[in-house]
Amino acid sequence: MTGMLPPGFRIQRETNTEEFFINMGPQHPSTHGALRLALRMDGETIVELVPHFGYIHRGMEKQAESMSYLQYIALSDRQDYLTAIQNNLGVVIALEKGMNIGVPEKAEYIRVMLQELGRIASHLVFFACFGGDLGGQTCLLYGFKEREMIHDILEEVTGSRLTTNFFRPGGSRYDVPDTFIPRVKAFLDHMDDTMKDYERFLSKNIIVLERSKGIGILSKEDAIAYGCSGPVLRASGVNFDVRRANPYSIYDSFDFEVPVTYNGDCYDRYTVRIAEIHESMKILRQCIDRFPTEGPWRSKEKPVRLPVGRYYSEIETAKGLYATYVVAATTGEKPYRIHTRGPSFPHIAALNKMVQGHKISDLVTILATLDPVIPEIDR
Amino acid sequence: MFVPSVTNPIGDFVRNLVPQVTAYLPVAFQSETLDSVVAFLINAVICIIAVCAVNIGSAPILIYMERKVCAHVQCRLGPMRLGWHGTIQTIADVLKMLFKEVYAPSGADKLMFYTAPMIVLIAPFMVCALIPFSKDLVVADVSMGIPLIIAVNGFGVLGILLGGWSSNNKYSLLGALRSGAQIISYEISFAMILLFVVMISGSTNLMDITMSQQGTVFDWWIFKIPVLGFIAFILFFISSTAEMNRAPFDIAEAEQELTGGYHTEYNGTPFAMFYLAEYIALVTNSALATTCFLGGFHAPCIGFAPVDNVLNMVPGLVWFFGKVFFMIWCYMMVRWTFVRPRVDQLMDFEWKFLLPVNLVLLTAGAAWIAISG
Repeated sequence: MTGMLPPGFRIQRETNTEEFFINMGPQHPSTHGALRLALRMDGETIVELVPHFGYIHRGMEKQAESMSYLQYIALSDRQDYLTAIQNNLGVVIALEKGMNIGVPEKAEYIRVMLQELGRIASHLVFFACFGGDLGGQTCLLYGFKEREMIHDILEEVTGSRLTTNFFRPGGSRYDVPDTFIPRVKAFLDHMDDTMKDYERFLSKNIIVLERSKGIGILSKEDAIAYGCSGPVLRASGVNFDVRRANPYSIYDSFDFEVPVTYNGDCYDRYTVRIAEIHESMKILRQCIDRFPTEGPWRSKEKPVRLPVGRYYSEIETAKGLYATYVVAATTGEKPYRIHTRGPSFPHIAALNKMVQGHKISDLVTILATLDPVIPEIDR
Repeated sequence: MFVPSVTNPIGDFVRNLVPQVTAYLPVAFQSETLDSVVAFLINAVICIIAVCAVNIGSAPILIYMERKVCAHVQCRLGPMRLGWHGTIQTIADVLKMLFKEVYAPSGADKLMFYTAPMIVLIAPFMVCALIPFSKDLVVADVSMGIPLIIAVNGFGVLGILLGGWSSNNKYSLLGALRSGAQIISYEISFAMILLFVVMISGSTNLMDITMSQQGTVFDWWIFKIPVLGFIAFILFFISSTAEMNRAPFDIAEAEQELTGGYHTEYNGTPFAMFYLAEYIALVTNSALATTCFLGGFHAPCIGFAPVDNVLNMVPGLVWFFGKVFFMIWCYMMVRWTFVRPRVDQLMDFEWKFLLPVNLVLLTAGAAWIAISG
């Protein structure tokens, strides 16, 4: 019987017990949305996991074919709603490549700052959900508390809190208000203190260490083979960050580290994200120092038409590699096809590899550290 | 004449009152046996009402308290709309629970499904009857108090197992099995700490245990024995948290994993009973901790006469409930601070850590008694 089990099994079966099936989701508190996991269980140990998607498929890529390019920017918000502002940029960069339009310096700074604020917000949600899924409901509220402050800033700048729909080819919809820089500065000062508390809350907590160290190990080879990206890939020891490997916007002018850890377990994925919050804060501080108060905040021309061609952009969102591929068959306002490569899908695909042999409680931990957003998978 | 083994002032008062009332009855109805039986029944009714009042009355207060403690730990306000600072919120919730339609899932074993919540309620009610709330306020002052508590306290797991099994739901079943393993394991530590208290105080009667802590704060068992008392208190705190199925040891419910565990399929009144049992267990375990370690209803005297006299003017009942609510507050703070261990880690913790430490503690306690005489 033991010969049939996948490698990495922690509890070897000696007795001839009966396997049973558990359906987890789509209505389950810790599947982070409408995700369904079909589990083959031996007692509390997971033998096999099959994820099922598609419960909130909205056909965004098909919708995009009957929309203008600018309308699609609004749809990209609704994919990964936690990194909405970053998705906006991903689409806009692809369009800018075709429209052949330059971006003024101030607009680039606004972009980078909002990107990093969005990254911190998304990682705070990760912190919240990680703690919450481990059973510490208080973490859930703490993470969201600071995220609200970021959303207040986003609200002031973009007019909406979650689905920002802010960037446009050649700049953005509006200039930032005068209060933007002081608010970000105040937020960073506040964040310095609170991050210390938050790290003390989870990072060294013995129960958290017990529950996350050595759990859900994703090897470097597997992480690359499954196409993982972002913190999940970096936690497995691959130093790949689009901001560094293939810099977009003005990321090449900033001084920041790409945190990499090598165990590939849940705790490493957690520490990588916490380190990334600090790196984002570092980038934001550099932005504040160098932020140009004068100058245009968008380019003069406002193009809406894309010449015939294929355009590809990739950016690093908080979740990982977010790529947009635009095919323009005719020169016009509408695309022939827009394809999005989201970061969450490969992570869920690798889930089966990670959970085999672990307990059902560990599945919840592992799923939390993958930080998937299901609407982005289903689109 | 029927002489009850348990006496208390209220019981004696009723026993004296009954003959005075029956004196007005025709001679045919006057007999000492009848008087004693009537007095016994009246006393029983008073006791039942008292226990129910303490238990059921404390549940809404505790639910309100939990919401507020949890809210303030999490930097929010909690219920604020209904009544002053949301005080009526819990009552509204209780009413909602009571008026909800009760139904069982298809395929459930209906008899067991509806019996389970009642079984869960038995244990905390029985323990409550043994607790001395004040010098004269104890329902059943039995000589074998601690063994009875140990025996009764594990009864709740039967209800949880039945509820989980009869729900015909895999999550419920997993939760129930986890809970069964957990409670049976932690029962051992729980019993051992109580045995430690029995050993050092020399009695299994809860009133005697309380009276053995008479004096100043430093006569309470938590401080009276250097270091050992405090360790025993911490161990009791841990094992009673597990015993109550409260976070961080709430792996039986484990909302994030099992969507509610053994009570996933319950709603309305049966669910309210599970909920009630959880909170009454909180009261009884806190009361037990108070009785065994924090001096029960004794005032926290410090050995300085003017202060002690003032402290002693406050009735014992107030001190008792003050300590109980302090303990409850501790349980709540722990619940909202820690994350949940995994089920196998929980078992490891009990069998590989708590149990050996308890055995060492028992030995050390015996040594302390031998040395101090």
